[in-house]
Amino acid sequence: MVQPNPTPAQVAARTSSAPGSPASLAARAEARSRGVGVPDGTKPPTVREENVTGAQSIVKSLEAVGAEVVFGIPGGAILPTYDPLMDSKALRHILVRHEQGGGHAASGYAHATGKVGVTMATSGPGATNLVTPIADANMDSIPMVAITGQVGAPMIGTDAFQEADIVGITMPITKHSYLVTDPDEIPRTIAEAFHIASTGRPGPVLVDIAKSAMQSRTTFSWPQELALPGYHPVTKPHAKQIREAARLLATARRPVLYVGGGVIRAGASAVLRRLVDLSGAPVVTTLMARGAVPDSHPQHLGMPGMHGTVPAVAALQKADLIVTLGARFDDRVTGKLSSFAPHAAIVHADVDPAEIGKNREVDVPIVGDLREIIGELVPALEQEQATSGKPDVEAWWHQIDTWRTTYPLGYSPTDDGHLAPQHVISRLGELAGPEAIYVAGVGQHQMWAAQFIRYENPRTWINSGGLGTMGYAVPAAMGAKVGEPDRDVWAIDGDGCFQMTNQELATCAINDIPIKVALINNSSLGMVRQWQTLFYNQRYSNTDLHTGHGTVRIPDFVKLAEAYGCAGIRVEHERDVDEAIRKANEIDDRPVVVDFTVSRDAMVWPMVAAGVSNDDIQYARGISPAWDRED
Amino acid sequence: MSRHTLSVLVENKPGVLTRVAGLFARRAFNIHSLAVGPTEHDEISRITVVVDVEDHPLEQVTKQLNKLIHVIKIVELDPESSVQRELLLVKVKADAATRAGVLEVVELFRARVVDVVPDTVVIEATGTSAKLSALLNALEPYGVREIVKSGTLAVGRGSRSITDRALERVRSA
Repeated sequence: MVQPNPTPAQVAARTSSAPGSPASLAARAEARSRGVGVPDGTKPPTVREENVTGAQSIVKSLEAVGAEVVFGIPGGAILPTYDPLMDSKALRHILVRHEQGGGHAASGYAHATGKVGVTMATSGPGATNLVTPIADANMDSIPMVAITGQVGAPMIGTDAFQEADIVGITMPITKHSYLVTDPDEIPRTIAEAFHIASTGRPGPVLVDIAKSAMQSRTTFSWPQELALPGYHPVTKPHAKQIREAARLLATARRPVLYVGGGVIRAGASAVLRRLVDLSGAPVVTTLMARGAVPDSHPQHLGMPGMHGTVPAVAALQKADLIVTLGARFDDRVTGKLSSFAPHAAIVHADVDPAEIGKNREVDVPIVGDLREIIGELVPALEQEQATSGKPDVEAWWHQIDTWRTTYPLGYSPTDDGHLAPQHVISRLGELAGPEAIYVAGVGQHQMWAAQFIRYENPRTWINSGGLGTMGYAVPAAMGAKVGEPDRDVWAIDGDGCFQMTNQELATCAINDIPIKVALINNSSLGMVRQWQTLFYNQRYSNTDLHTGHGTVRIPDFVKLAEAYGCAGIRVEHERDVDEAIRKANEIDDRPVVVDFTVSRDAMVWPMVAAGVSNDDIQYARGISPAWDRED
Repeated sequence: MSRHTLSVLVENKPGVLTRVAGLFARRAFNIHSLAVGPTEHDEISRITVVVDVEDHPLEQVTKQLNKLIHVIKIVELDPESSVQRELLLVKVKADAATRAGVLEVVELFRARVVDVVPDTVVIEATGTSAKLSALLNALEPYGVREIVKSGTLAVGRGSRSITDRALERVRSA
């Protein structure tokens, strides 16, 4: 097995439309998501055998495998590798300020482009600082390769200076990991790491390389034979299961397409669109799948789950068939599992067989690549409809439209005179438009950004879904901007999240990575505060951050932005919102931070409380839909 | 809960046992016993793991194990169609007065005495889990000083070998 070359489809996608146009950006992202990040139009070089150091072998391997960007920070054990890295023409190294920032940047880059993100760190604390981004990438199936230096092979196990068993530490949170002590193993290991990270269900792979291996002489050759006898991801779905799924979808009276992040990872949005149109079924897109189907599509009900729309949550609850595409019945979607979608037959399609039947029993399991699965489901459904006619979903749509009219997504104006965060985020979505990339941290602002921005394209919504990593936004936005420099990249961040990773603004300012940050500053850990309001008797234990309107403003985010060489704008009144966003959109020579000081009492609605049945969704505080009247 | 015996063929690589054992721990699966050793092929090791789970979690165990890159193949061995054995070494008090009784138990269970000193004997026995429990019950009254027990080893009955096809994969990769 050798490294795959670009498929004809990839090459076609690259040449089909004018470079830089939105269509070509989207097509490029779709095409790239297919495999190893081979740079556009180039084949990996063939190198017979070259006598080099292990450190040179690492750099050459990264170049050969098609890596273009490395987000990293040097230190003792990785130092030999940074020397040849300085001379590399093909690799752009971006010096981050903290390894966590490097890891999330690699993730944002991978998420935006579909290519493998690469991060590099030294041994010990450098490596342990990567633990959070690696865990994050593992939960959200992000293709990432982390290369860490390790102490010299003879010192491993002696508690040497800056020694940490990072392979052991990350074993539960990586797709696979390697410890390399023999320099001859470097090229094959890096080839395998990229292959594993980017195929099947994508995920992070750690390559820990002993300093002694970097300093020894070795031979470098390319391409490499992969030795992975236990790794055979299934891509081709079973024809019988496809037919069965099509039959169910053709005959269901209350079908729902439940679309997850796997559709985006597989680059299956375009073909999914055909399935949506053909089936006539309502669609919901999970937090990880926002943008997989355009929000403007009339069959799109929005996001399901804890903070999903009432129509999306209700449609799943009342469905007689759920066709699950690259989603995993996460507890934040199902609510109390035993009462989730009690009447629905389940079709579950995923590239990872272990997801199928993990949480919810399945009637029709389909294992394979989602682009192939949906690609085969479309003609199979056409055939079914040719014999049995178009399904009768009129009554179903009538019911759904009632929910849509009665319970549209909305918010109440604030009564403390401060900005409504939902208003800020809605305006941002409208003024930055559907070609921009939006990257969120974790909390209220993340939910509002998922709810109130209209996503039209895949890979335009990036967030930490599975692990829920506060501080994700700024570094991930940096990575996304590096991968998609022609697009506007907006980080939508909270004042809590922002203070965890904002040091990467320095990286952005110095390396000409002009991201934009919309700070939804409610002066508190907003989501935690919301739970304290609802479930802890309004006792606000340790959630006040003193960053907002009428506080000591420590720190002052405008001054902080300026200290980092960024533009800083403060917005306190609704009349200034549009102007500030327009101004930020015009600044392209440095990063921008817009500090929107919003009301701290705004809450995220609708809401299904943790562990409660989705039937008990609250549209707003104390208001639950009365299902029985409509049933 | 029911007991299942899985034969897991893995690449003979460093850390593979940690990966398998760690997976059981973090997915909250219970290992009843575990035995690891080489096979007839240098490239492949065999882990025999006995788990106490319901059928549904067993499927999850198998699927999650299969996701480990170094796992080549997993076969569940049904007790009816496989041979399953454990090895027991037990140190029992046996002085002049009781030795005859101890030796009689050893004889009955077709076990062997592998070490003798004036006041104790070490007994070696192989068999199913049930047989070894019965043996230990019989020895109990004499005074058990020390017990060492291996995990279960298991092999399917008949002429088929589960390692053949796994080996093809390893060699062609």
